Amino acid sequence: MNAHTQPSGPILAVEHVAVHFGGLVAISDMSFEVREGELVSLIGPNGAGKTTAFNVITGFHRPTKGHVSFRGTSLDGLKPHEVTGLGLVRTFQRTSVFEKISVFENVLIGLHRRTAPNLLGTLLGLPGERKAEAALREQAWEILRLVGIEHEADEMGGSLPYGDQRLLGVALALAADPRALLLDEPVSGMNASETGRFIDLLNRLKAKGMTILLVEHDMPMVMKISDRIVVLNYGRIIANGTPSEIQNDPEVIAAYLGGGVKNA
Amino acid sequence: MKQVFPFVALAFFATVPLWLQDQYYLHTLVVAGIFMLAAMSLNLLLGYTGQLSLGHVAFFGIGAYVSALTSLGFSLSVFGFQITHEPWPAFVGLILGAMAAGLCGYLIGKLAFRVRGAYFVIVTISFAEVVRLVSLNWVELTNGPLALPGIPPLTLGFEWTGYVTLWGKAQNYYLVLVLIALAYLLIKRLVESPYGRAMIALRENETLAVSVGISVTKYLVLAAIFSGALAGLAGGLYAHYIQIIDPMIFMFLNTVTMVIMVITGGKGTLAGPLVGGLIFGLAPVFLRNYVGPEVQWILYGVLMILVVFVLPEGIVPAIERWFNRAAKPNRKNGSAGSKIEQGGSTLAMAGSGKVNS
Repeated sequence: MNAHTQPSGPILAVEHVAVHFGGLVAISDMSFEVREGELVSLIGPNGAGKTTAFNVITGFHRPTKGHVSFRGTSLDGLKPHEVTGLGLVRTFQRTSVFEKISVFENVLIGLHRRTAPNLLGTLLGLPGERKAEAALREQAWEILRLVGIEHEADEMGGSLPYGDQRLLGVALALAADPRALLLDEPVSGMNASETGRFIDLLNRLKAKGMTILLVEHDMPMVMKISDRIVVLNYGRIIANGTPSEIQNDPEVIAAYLGGGVKNA
Repeated sequence: MKQVFPFVALAFFATVPLWLQDQYYLHTLVVAGIFMLAAMSLNLLLGYTGQLSLGHVAFFGIGAYVSALTSLGFSLSVFGFQITHEPWPAFVGLILGAMAAGLCGYLIGKLAFRVRGAYFVIVTISFAEVVRLVSLNWVELTNGPLALPGIPPLTLGFEWTGYVTLWGKAQNYYLVLVLIALAYLLIKRLVESPYGRAMIALRENETLAVSVGISVTKYLVLAAIFSGALAGLAGGLYAHYIQIIDPMIFMFLNTVTMVIMVITGGKGTLAGPLVGGLIFGLAPVFLRNYVGPEVQWILYGVLMILVVFVLPEGIVPAIERWFNRAAKPNRKNGSAGSKIEQGGSTLAMAGSGKVNS
């Protein structure tokens, strides 16, 4: 995790990205930026192309047109693990944890990117590798404490309550040493208190200077925590601004929010 | 308890030649041990990465043929060039055989892991069949169906220790025992390291594993190299112990034997292939008085189906679970992270109940 940084130049730039599945246009033309240390939410009705946008940014899909760059590096043609290697790490809506593996070892797997194991040293059981393993376990505890599920370290990933599974998903992503986090509907299906805990976590990460791109349906939460909101509808961006700008944008109100935002 | 058990088992098996006088039983144990090594190598792929190799016998046979030919020497003409190889010491052959099989593992891995799952199974079956046909038809090199007889036994030692040639069964028994212990240790270190965790992560959820930065090809190919080399080593041991090999070594049944050993014992566990190997390696001893080999094979199938029905994860995970349940009251009294502190791993057991294809 980075030291505290002020919002500055763009860390993630999406330029004129289009995604076509055969004849279906999932995204027609999408451009936006995320600056370092910013929390940007990507919102839009179901089928607006939010998850597709995530898949394109993180290398799981190839864009039909356009480019994505992260910290000045083009992501064109990179495989997902290479995108992660640059520090752009995502979570998933559904497959968020290794279900049949303990919470603690879930995080150990997540720490993969922070290990530089030596094959020969590993096979010979050299002290250096053991020391690295011990340090790794300490890091895993730190991350579990950060997201607040350290008391469940022994449980199987799949046996956690739903909200905690989502937290573990974030722990996995955090373990991968992200410079920017992409969270795909992290609070969907959470109850109010679980959502509250999640917002606390996001605020803690923000305070540490983490850049976050969030896809979310929970409008009160989005309005509360976002620095900026990008609104997608039918595969194109219809608005991009601060929460208050978005709430008063006539096109957004017409296309998406209907009668305006309640509880915001 | 769990940490001590491998040493107890090793100590017990070290005493076997001291009290087991019947050479036939000792021979059965040596062959079972060689197949256990092969099953351990298959387990690395099937159990830890979740990729089923149904052509595993190819690595075994390549190790056997390369090792045998290295130590026997050969002479053949390729495209008009005459290639003559003078015999080299048997242990050099053993190492070259393992390396050749490891190289094949690399190539197969590079090729086949682009298409995983069922396609990997098909590629490995085809590979084994191709290698079998080569061994059958390249008569100038392999003697074809006439077999390669007179393979020298292994000679171990250095100039300053003197040399021992392993003619006897007990000598070979100890060599195999030492190699099993060594392979166990190396596999344990590998699977409990970040390498093994990456393999298990890919088996459990590839999309998620990739999203935390794990490269699919790198770790699957690594597993294939290790797996191939260990199977090749087992094949080389087999060649120098039996001292004659023919293309029958590539029989599909040999692969099936390895798969049965791994699945029955418990795939994705360190001890699984050893337990399964012991059961199916020694089964012929008990069955041969009653039924012929063909019926034995049917019985193996029945036994495996029974085990999979009753203990879908295999014998070792079932025993571990039983032990954990018995030990649970103690654990509850201890600190929350006690299982982790002891180094107990849920990784080893995760997903072993899942039947991959």
